[in-house]
Amino acid sequence: MTSIGTGYDLSASTYSPDGRIFQVEYANKAVDNSGTAIGLRVKDGVVLAVEKLVHSKLLVPGANRRIQTVDRHIGLASSGLLADGRHLANRARDEAANFRDNYREPAPLKALADRLGLYVQAYTLYSSVRPFGCSAILGSIDKDGPSIYVIEPSGVFYGYHGAAVGKGRQLAKTELEKLKLSELTTREAVFEAARIIHLVHDDAKEKEFELEMSWIGDETNGRHVPVPQDLFEEADRKAKEALENFE
Amino acid sequence: MDHFPTNWGRPKYDGFDTNATYPFHDHGHNQSAAFAGATQHTQQPIVTGTSVLAIKYKDGIMMAADNLASYGSLARFKGVQRLHPIGDYTVVGASGDMSDFQYLQHVLDGLVISEEINAQDGHTLGPAEIHEYLSQVMYSRRSKMNPLWNSLLVGGVKDGQRFLAYVDLLGVTYFASTLATGYGAYIAQPLLRKAVEGRENTLTEPEARGILEEALRVLFYRDARSINQYQIATITANGVDISGSLKLETAWGFAEGIRGYGSQTQ
Repeated sequence: MTSIGTGYDLSASTYSPDGRIFQVEYANKAVDNSGTAIGLRVKDGVVLAVEKLVHSKLLVPGANRRIQTVDRHIGLASSGLLADGRHLANRARDEAANFRDNYREPAPLKALADRLGLYVQAYTLYSSVRPFGCSAILGSIDKDGPSIYVIEPSGVFYGYHGAAVGKGRQLAKTELEKLKLSELTTREAVFEAARIIHLVHDDAKEKEFELEMSWIGDETNGRHVPVPQDLFEEADRKAKEALENFE
Repeated sequence: MDHFPTNWGRPKYDGFDTNATYPFHDHGHNQSAAFAGATQHTQQPIVTGTSVLAIKYKDGIMMAADNLASYGSLARFKGVQRLHPIGDYTVVGASGDMSDFQYLQHVLDGLVISEEINAQDGHTLGPAEIHEYLSQVMYSRRSKMNPLWNSLLVGGVKDGQRFLAYVDLLGVTYFASTLATGYGAYIAQPLLRKAVEGRENTLTEPEARGILEEALRVLFYRDARSINQYQIATITANGVDISGSLKLETAWGFAEGIRGYGSQTQ
């Protein structure tokens, strides 16, 4: 059933007769048009990577970061509308800080994803607001070990071993499935993440892109930090080499 | 004559309760109810830590505090860390109320998360910023008539600059190359000044450690709220290092000769 012209897609507070909320589906379209973001949960850590499409050569390199830090131990990579991703990250920071104030310990990622899921879902309930035009991959090492969650525009969230959202998600997912994620080290996962982002980037259609990567592992003392410059460059170079051999 | 002692009220000198009225709940009627309709603020510290000592030396800052948290004169908690690292360049050492100190640790950790971890703008908090922030918190709380009952030392090294400063429950601040809080301000500070002043740029780490250990030893002999277990924090260009719990060596042979200490009766 098409949504156009039926009137059921004008508000997120109206169902279509077959039980869909078109505004939420349109929000998913905003995510599907954006650069890919992936997350890998491996043996001893988490790696987040983003294909950041650069829409103008005049932009300062490193501008408009799409991976953000939410708490010492939590990272958030967003795909879709950048401004919505930044708003969600700010909300996540408030939630993480509130958890610390109330319980005097770092928030477990499950608790944070739960709160953020409720928040995102609330934006699907009212005609006065639009749903979030972004999906977020949250990664962390908490008291239960490494974990990643994806929050979708509908407000649902799932935990994953490997996650991909955005334009190249299908190819990225098949690549992630080939990996033995539970046996990789975080350092090895950085190379795989870089390779996958380079692989899914379609340089026929898109122009330039910047690779953005962060990790959380034993090497970072459980903190979410950008992948160090030397490791980043090595992974970036190897990813390009692998791509040339592949083609 | 009213024959009920509990109705007589407090004795003139209320430091000593001659009528032993204290255990009774009905204290008579000339007592004012402490909680009558009013908000109560902190009026005294409860679980307290004693002195913190700190000096400048060649490579940076060295700070020391013992591991005791007292409950009045009772040595209540013997494994308490009173030196707390904040960010990558700073250590805060606290004497006074330990629950207020735990609250301050939480506030400062939250500050580092919002200013450094989340912003990721390349700016980091050094000891000078931490100290300034702390002094504003302490002063605003004393201005609300609800002070955080601590004397704090803030020490650190950032961008090759050593930093050592004091702030207390009133919001008073000062800077010096040797600092001590609490009883240590009377007993240890003169010793530290004599050993350190003029030699801040030549004292080696073992020398600085020796000076602090000697001051801690004197404090352990003299300060009835101290204990012979302590920690030392060193803050240098290489970052913060806080030792494990160390033990002070003491000698008590001299005590035999002190009247009233040993087995002599007169």
